[in-house]
Amino acid sequence: MGRHDFAWMIGGPQGSGVDSAANIFARACCYGGLHVYGEREYHSNIKGLHSYFHVRVSKREVRSRVDFVDLLCTFDAESVVRHVWEVSPNGGIICDEAVSSTKISDIQTLTPPFLEEFQKIMEKKKVEAETVGDLLNAAKKSGVHVYAIQYMDLIKDLAEQIGEPKLSKLTRMINVLSLGISFGLLDYDKAMVKKAISTIFADKPRVIDMNMMALDNAYEYVNQNLGGGFDDQRLETVQTDEKRILVSGFQAVALGKLLGGCRVQTYYPITPAADESVHLEAHEIFKLVPEVSGGEEKGSIVVMQAEDEIAAINMASGAALAGARAATSTSGPGFSLMVEGLGWAGMNEVPVVVNYYQRGAPSTGLPTRHGQDDLRFVIHASHGEFPRIVLASGDIEECFYDAVRTFNYAEKYQMPAIHLTDKALANTTRSYKIFDTSRAKLERGQLLFQIENTEQYKRFKFTKSGISPRIPLGTPDAVFWNTGDEHDEFGHISEEPQNRTRMMEKRMKKLEIADREIPIEERVNFFGEPDAQATIVSWGSPKGAILDAMEKLSQEGWKVNFLQIRMIHPFPKEYVSKVLSRAEKRIVVEMNYSAQLASIVREQTGLVLENYVLKFNGHPMSSDELFDAIKLILTEKASERQVLTRGS
Amino acid sequence: MALNVADYRSNVFVDWCPGCGDYGILAALQMALAELQLPPHRVAVFSGIGCHAKTPHFVNTYGVHTLHGRTLPFAVGAKLANPELEVIAVGGDGDGLGIGVGHFVNTGRRNVDIIYLIHDNGVYGLTKGQASPTLKFGLKTKSLPKPNINDAVNPIALALTSGYTFIARGYAYDVSHLKEMIKRGIEHRGLALVVVLQPCPTYNNINTKEWYRGEDRADPATGKPRSRLYKLEETGYDPKVHSQETDMSKTISALKKAREWGDKIPIGVFYQNEAVPTYDERISMRIPHYREKPPAKQKICNEAGAPTTDLTALFDELRVT
Repeated sequence: MGRHDFAWMIGGPQGSGVDSAANIFARACCYGGLHVYGEREYHSNIKGLHSYFHVRVSKREVRSRVDFVDLLCTFDAESVVRHVWEVSPNGGIICDEAVSSTKISDIQTLTPPFLEEFQKIMEKKKVEAETVGDLLNAAKKSGVHVYAIQYMDLIKDLAEQIGEPKLSKLTRMINVLSLGISFGLLDYDKAMVKKAISTIFADKPRVIDMNMMALDNAYEYVNQNLGGGFDDQRLETVQTDEKRILVSGFQAVALGKLLGGCRVQTYYPITPAADESVHLEAHEIFKLVPEVSGGEEKGSIVVMQAEDEIAAINMASGAALAGARAATSTSGPGFSLMVEGLGWAGMNEVPVVVNYYQRGAPSTGLPTRHGQDDLRFVIHASHGEFPRIVLASGDIEECFYDAVRTFNYAEKYQMPAIHLTDKALANTTRSYKIFDTSRAKLERGQLLFQIENTEQYKRFKFTKSGISPRIPLGTPDAVFWNTGDEHDEFGHISEEPQNRTRMMEKRMKKLEIADREIPIEERVNFFGEPDAQATIVSWGSPKGAILDAMEKLSQEGWKVNFLQIRMIHPFPKEYVSKVLSRAEKRIVVEMNYSAQLASIVREQTGLVLENYVLKFNGHPMSSDELFDAIKLILTEKASERQVLTRGS
Repeated sequence: MALNVADYRSNVFVDWCPGCGDYGILAALQMALAELQLPPHRVAVFSGIGCHAKTPHFVNTYGVHTLHGRTLPFAVGAKLANPELEVIAVGGDGDGLGIGVGHFVNTGRRNVDIIYLIHDNGVYGLTKGQASPTLKFGLKTKSLPKPNINDAVNPIALALTSGYTFIARGYAYDVSHLKEMIKRGIEHRGLALVVVLQPCPTYNNINTKEWYRGEDRADPATGKPRSRLYKLEETGYDPKVHSQETDMSKTISALKKAREWGDKIPIGVFYQNEAVPTYDERISMRIPHYREKPPAKQKICNEAGAPTTDLTALFDELRVT
């Protein structure tokens, strides 16, 4: 039986090539016309702690992760211990033969909380295991295929072929060997894997050669030793004419920003935001479309690594004042430092953009793990009242288009704009039809590059909309002033009560205008039929899991629809009220403890969302657990507040 | 038509205390701009928070009054986006050497072609006279309940070790000398620091105008006060690094001068090195069209809003089918 819907996982110590093996795996699948969804999990550690990549492969688009693994690919003991229970009943485990004798209690990187939980599961499953081998035997009994590989022999063979006497130099090939075993078992088209290796190591010909050899040897090993392959199942390629990319959230944001005209990016290193800035810096010079640019061939972005996040946002504001589209990119701890600067930008109507990647919080929290804890924070951050835009993307494709729009909103309404994403989006890799750049339209609002009338320019001129014509620093025949103090129309300090009232109203008015003008299609998505037994309300990255869970529910005959709120501020309250007041059951799904969106919905519409599905353990929601949770609600078996806990 | 000092005055009422050193600094700045004939629209004056921070409002150029300690990041961001701007950052001693000292040091690493003027009066005036980072250890200015328990930071020495390539000191009541320092700082290619010693007549009752003038140490022969300040240029001191081999010895001489205080306080240029590449030169090495098409001058879309950026090559890196 051929298949093209499959969940593969590779685990191993950080620094052992898990990422590159997963990258090759995902690319090779894509080259074969398949879609992939790869979720990366890692510790806040450089080398040694456990990391893994969970990759779903399908001939259709994949939007979320699932809880099971069809084929678990490992080369260390810890990965077996951590993930053995996730392997589906007729799935497989690839492991190093040598780990069988390893005592579980000897694996030093397994933490006390993990072992406690592990013990509970073993008791529940009535398994007694002292060694990894005991665990593997238990798995075998439940129908899992165990492929114990003599990795050391494979490495020795490779060493002989290459003529490298030092085996230690070749141990890092273990990731590709395990990958080759995976593909060998699946009898997947080797040419696709070779193409992936050649692309990924394009600038390292020797590495390509070694990887190719390892791959051949692994396929050969499977032929000779593991005849019959994996449960007689092949992973089959499919034909496609679609032009596709394999893209991570941070890359989608970076590309969207370049397209959106971002020409200054400032940042201070922080996980998981920094990848975006590094990607931008690596592409600091790019081509322009000569027909649009007026013949200009090259554009560029200046990426500045600042001394801290305080400097980062204020440098970006300085650049925005000079007329460039400017942004900074950060995560929770960094944004905490930026809030004073955000308030200044609000007060001075500066169109500065912040790309905000949430992660588990508070404080340092879970630096490399997922969370959606900061919704309340971003809409209220900084003292006082000032307008801002907050836009939250639900998937990687939205990250791209929203990155463009965030700049438009910032400039049109002359206020700081925050593009809210998270770790799950940043570090997930997904295949997509190539993004349509013709959909992007830049709007710069009332930005002028020259002054036409002769009266003295007023940067904060009172207007009906509250929006004043804006000029960059350096514009001839004019000057203006800015200050964080309350100011008059020229930008000079003023504490006069009448002026204060008018200025507050002027600034806040812009939010009303934005609320009125921004089309609803850019602010919400609605999925499903208007009539449904339940309406899910959510924001951000749970989108994919929700859509996949809905599909499964509909296969069982349930009718569920989904309101995804993308613009959190200004809140699309009329639309949300309309949809939610006709909903039969209202379920909020989000990745935080206190159901922050639900409280905002209540504040903005007066409507109560009766059912909470929440998760805050650092791992993205899977469509499986969400399906279970929604079903409990539909069958009236759920408590008001369900907390999801899966993830490893 | 030639510009004169009046062209650089805004019509905002100057509300510093009578006798404040800020008046002298403002006048010197306006005179320097006039002598350099810089068109007001090309100049952007940035400030932090404190008494100094009102400076931009009194100058008829672009003026950006920012946050406490954050003058430099704003100023650097604007300069980065548009290197044609003549960027003048003014800061206070508390502002720039306390809350903002991280930016002071890190801006030095970049040698951005701007000038930074620090108003140094030893106190936080606008919050009623607490000790600033430049107030010496053990001094008790009039609103301190106890003598200063902290030692003072030495901005000249700190600048020397942070990468500033023009380092000078002026005195707020010697306006014409200060104007020269500012002019030279603006003309310098690279990051220029001008520290301005400045009495605070309201809160610093120790480093007063009379103290700087040396009224407490009159010449016994003539009865005339002997000023504590002296000009480096009048002593034959040469601050310029003429070749990189002499950089070490120049830095050491400057450091020695920076440590002089008490009865002999040098003003003038301590150090100047024009051989260090400026930040815009460094960017230009990576992005050859940077000076000609800096971020603020790039066309990002046409009139219909179509983006100029061509992502084809970037998508190609991600292409899988």
